[in-house]
Amino acid sequence: MLYREAGDFKTSYVKDSQTFPIKADRMAYFALLAVAFGVVPFLINDYWANAVFVPFLIYAIAAIGLNILTGYCGQVSLGTGGFMAVGAYAVYKLMTTFPDVPILIHVLLAGGVTAIVGVLFGLPSLRIKGFYLAVATLAAQFFLVWLFNKVPWFYNYSASGQITAPERTMFGIAVTGASTPAWAKYLFCLVILVALAWLARNLTRGMTGRKWMAIRDMDIAAEIIGVNPLTTKLSAFAVSSFFIGVSGALFFAVYLGAAEVGEAFGINKSFLILFMVIIGGLGSMFGSFAGAAFLVLLPVLLKNVLVGGLGWPTDLAAHIELMIVGGLIIVFLILEPHGLAQLWRVAKEKLRLWPFPH
Amino acid sequence: MPDQLLYAIEVSLNGLMAGIMYSLVALGFVLIFKASGIFNYAQGVLALFAALTLVGLQQGQIPFSHVINAIFGTDLHSFGWTLPSVVAIALTALVMVGMAWLIERLVLKHLVNQEPIILFMATIGLAYFLEGLGDVMWGADIKKLDVGLPQGINETIDAVTFNAFGYGFFIDNLDIIAAFVAAALVLSLTLFSQYTKYGRALRAVADDHQAALSVGISLRFIWVLVWSIAGFVALVAGIMWGSKSGVQFSLSLIALKALPVLMLGGFTSIPGAIVGGLIIGMGEKLFEFFAGPLIGGATENWFAYVLALLFLVFRPQGLFGEKIIERV
Repeated sequence: MLYREAGDFKTSYVKDSQTFPIKADRMAYFALLAVAFGVVPFLINDYWANAVFVPFLIYAIAAIGLNILTGYCGQVSLGTGGFMAVGAYAVYKLMTTFPDVPILIHVLLAGGVTAIVGVLFGLPSLRIKGFYLAVATLAAQFFLVWLFNKVPWFYNYSASGQITAPERTMFGIAVTGASTPAWAKYLFCLVILVALAWLARNLTRGMTGRKWMAIRDMDIAAEIIGVNPLTTKLSAFAVSSFFIGVSGALFFAVYLGAAEVGEAFGINKSFLILFMVIIGGLGSMFGSFAGAAFLVLLPVLLKNVLVGGLGWPTDLAAHIELMIVGGLIIVFLILEPHGLAQLWRVAKEKLRLWPFPH
Repeated sequence: MPDQLLYAIEVSLNGLMAGIMYSLVALGFVLIFKASGIFNYAQGVLALFAALTLVGLQQGQIPFSHVINAIFGTDLHSFGWTLPSVVAIALTALVMVGMAWLIERLVLKHLVNQEPIILFMATIGLAYFLEGLGDVMWGADIKKLDVGLPQGINETIDAVTFNAFGYGFFIDNLDIIAAFVAAALVLSLTLFSQYTKYGRALRAVADDHQAALSVGISLRFIWVLVWSIAGFVALVAGIMWGSKSGVQFSLSLIALKALPVLMLGGFTSIPGAIVGGLIIGMGEKLFEFFAGPLIGGATENWFAYVLALLFLVFRPQGLFGEKIIERV
């Protein structure tokens, strides 16, 4: 009864095209932002930050990035892990070469570097389509990981081959390095996520986004009505890689602190983020968040139940966890191939009609 | 002949042999992709699962003994028998057929008419599930698989080449057997699909699902059939790879090696899978041999993909793939 458009009068075109046309949605959105910025930082501790919040925020950025490429522009990519590695190594090189520049600038520059690499690996998409392209992006994944392993310049010739984030600050507060307080990590990632999500939302509903969707729905038809496939596909690769690069930079610098490329950014990372996008819902902003939250929370939950609750040995629990995750993915795809976002849409539609279902 | 050239010939021969091993996995992909349009990522894990089951049956392990021990505090390990290889292989083939039926029943049936990417994701979920199931059923330790295939250097080739060139080539017996097995497999698959009733039905389904349905071919039976065949191919690949490098988790990663083979050969062509495997196997070994020392080695991880990528830029449907025709 409360959740409907009636009575919410739009008096300008700007208002008419706002993201949340229903008042209750807008209020929920602002309330969520207020809680995220005003309440959580005061309550958060190290366990919650490292196990749930920070990985969720970082994966959400990556999921939005991949969703732009796969969900909005229709180009399936399995190279996400490799692009995250580019972001991580770019931010590492920048942090160690220019220690005095604020870390935020480094993170954004790392995204820029990844965007360039992404465009480079996106070039074949003009010729190769569908699964052939998906497999071709694996070339990026394996080549980049190999590159960062084999060229010592990327890890500053360190003996272990690892990269370790030195302490860098924003406004005098450490956001990377060992002595970072939990709330600083959280807030730093949150600010970037909110800014990028806002950017992505507005890109996808503007002309750029419409071009992407035209290419996704049928590229030849799009070309005929005047959408340039070269610039459209490459811009999707660039924007998507920028997001993924930023998330890779944060994943290394803020979350992990030290990383070994094959382990942190291997092929499994690519699949994980693709799962987030698919389970969340292709071509949906909400879906990116929901998918990231689902796949970050699920292992934590399963681990707590199986190891903590039932007291099984960790290796057995790990195998059973694998089975459950695999099984759940299949069940999800069978029940709702359009992902959590579709469930959310259906729920909202029901809520709008409530209490009169017909 | 100069030494360098002899080495190069030896390396490329070994590359061809490795390529055949990739082809064995790629074959399973092609079969399923042709018949159902599903890009089956789980093929590598199927091979791992088949090999695990084979070892488990051979050594009389009790399935799920780890779980039972963990829950009830018992100490079960094995039935205390060992089966002959032939019986174990036959039983494993039966298990793979059962698996195919279950996959069709529980997964594919519900996903008919979904977009290809959804089906692809479902097979990744299946891969995770089977990986976990294999470990839970048979334990995660590295196992040795021995079905009586000869291994080690082939003395005859070594002796002949030594007499001819003054340098003996090293070629593994197992690789030679793999080559013969692959040839036999392709031959029997071709005969099956050309000269039997079900083979003809299979080709009809590959051509056009709806037309096949309309003349009374049961799509679901064909899917079970093709997944069973793919399971059998996976078993063969699992035996070969398991004998070569032990049955362990990394076996499932050979699926990743089979992907560039597929791209190169075309997703829909059985000869393509073989030829693609040979090109990739030889290419990556030769590249590692000549360029590896200059740029740091371990190029085998990515070379196949880059080769396939460059190749696709010029021929987007692969070497033998059906020409992609697009209409608005």
